[in-house]
Amino acid sequence: MTSTEKIIARASSMPSVAPDDVVFVKVDKLMVHDVSGPGVIKVFEEWAKKGVHLERIWNPDKVWVSEDHFVPAADKISANNIMKLTNWTKKFGIKRHYKYGLGQYGICHTLSHEEGLVLPGEVYVGGDSHTNTTGGLGAFAIGLGHTDIAYSLMHGQIWIKVPETLLFNLEGQLPPHVMAKDIILKIIGDIGTDGANYRAMQFSGETTKQLIMDERLTLTNMTTEAGAKNGIIDADSITGSYLRDRTHEPFSALKGDLDASYAEKLTYEIDRLEPTVAKPYSPGNISPARELQGTEIDKAYIGSCTGAKLHDLRAAGKIMKGKKVKVRTEVVPAAQSIYLNAMNEGLIGIFLESGAVVGPPTCGACCGAHMGVLAKNEVCISTTNRNFPGRMGDVESKTYLASPLVVAASALTGMITDPRDI
Amino acid sequence: MDKLKGTVHKYGKDNIDTDVILPGPYLKIHDHAELATHAMEGLDPGFPKKVSQGDFLLTGANFGCGSSREHAPIALSSAGITAVLAPSFARIFYRNAVDGGYLLPIEIERSAVEKISDKNTLEIDVDKNAILNVTTGESFVMKQFPSLIKKIIECGGILHYKP
Repeated sequence: MTSTEKIIARASSMPSVAPDDVVFVKVDKLMVHDVSGPGVIKVFEEWAKKGVHLERIWNPDKVWVSEDHFVPAADKISANNIMKLTNWTKKFGIKRHYKYGLGQYGICHTLSHEEGLVLPGEVYVGGDSHTNTTGGLGAFAIGLGHTDIAYSLMHGQIWIKVPETLLFNLEGQLPPHVMAKDIILKIIGDIGTDGANYRAMQFSGETTKQLIMDERLTLTNMTTEAGAKNGIIDADSITGSYLRDRTHEPFSALKGDLDASYAEKLTYEIDRLEPTVAKPYSPGNISPARELQGTEIDKAYIGSCTGAKLHDLRAAGKIMKGKKVKVRTEVVPAAQSIYLNAMNEGLIGIFLESGAVVGPPTCGACCGAHMGVLAKNEVCISTTNRNFPGRMGDVESKTYLASPLVVAASALTGMITDPRDI
Repeated sequence: MDKLKGTVHKYGKDNIDTDVILPGPYLKIHDHAELATHAMEGLDPGFPKKVSQGDFLLTGANFGCGSSREHAPIALSSAGITAVLAPSFARIFYRNAVDGGYLLPIEIERSAVEKISDKNTLEIDVDKNAILNVTTGESFVMKQFPSLIKKIIECGGILHYKP
């Protein structure tokens, strides 16, 4: 069995499982945020009309809530959603509610690893499609909709169709100015935005083993953009030391068998990879950054669960230190703890002195719903994960996706720029 | 299951994502009737007015890719759509559609998508995996639902399904 199959077998109390089996798995951890949380509450309201009432949730200690998409509330409807969510978590005894303005908080996926909330070998379901991120810790982490989350909260289990696994062997040294973002954009460009539909994407090989956790999480985060059910990287000593700094909970990693069978094995020679950009309107529409050199931009955005971890901010800071931005640039750290660390390292000062604005940790401009929205025909280069029509604002705005190095370099020149040319 | 009959609204492109089906700014809305008024707004703001209860949506592959927002199938279903026909679906959209009991995600061959036109009338017989184009007389095969999915559909969603 593969790593994913082993976790599903363990969680479904089956001796073994195989692709296409449909099984009910016990959920180990569960997350909702300020969009899916009110959505889940709405599902329970609808169910109550049909005579099914939520009396208690299966295990409040395994659940956490984040406020990230619509904070600070910009209107009454958002404020009411937050109020509703807050009352609900109190009523059902959920102690971990990461509240805007009250200590640690940030993007749900960032908290899942930054706070050590999910452990290797666990089944983790979240009310957001980028829940895949946390598979970087060696967990089976999948995004679900409101109804499935509501069902999981009530019963502590959910049905899963066992996915086939695509194995990506990443080999060679990561060249200077190339990041995990370039690797995953290249892969999505090759296999397409439905290339891993219903499947698991597992990353292995020498390069993967050398990547620090923040970079591994960028790989698994964007498996969603290839349609994958989950992304996974086997836990190792890097995972162990990352988690030891964050949690006292014991864990034992489940790893795939040596003779596991994979739908396909693909090898990538990473030492030949170049800084890569996804053009509008698809994460799979890729080009080397140099081929887009000179494309004028109106805005640079460094934010999101995939592009504003501490390592991402350090990468941007390295490029921006002592320089001035030529277009409006927003930096939005992915969590309060990251913001604080970035400040202590002097990164926030570098961004402010460059002329960029630094915003409070939230999902920010990524989903075009709350702040930093793009106008018609505006062009943005962004460290985020999606560039569908209208994703970051007007349907006729354009978003290019790239690594923090490429985005920072582009901020300094006002046009798409390969960081090797700075 | 009873047969479904309705008019087709065709948007033949691939990868119609959830940001197009129900744009991000409306994520804060949870009222089903209000969501219906924004269905497909990123592609065709006139969509909700064109749809009558019981109609079908016909699209390209990987329909519903992107975010996990359940607002997407809710908006379509509340606008009147009872089935989406496409060569393939993004997995979370598919789950949401079935488990929430909103609409049927029906997989058909790409050649069938090409042969069915906007405003054609279709009759769908899920028990026989058969689709009849009432307008042209042509018939097509739909991919059979896996048994668990069929049972959940028959229960009207996962709420009343007993494992």
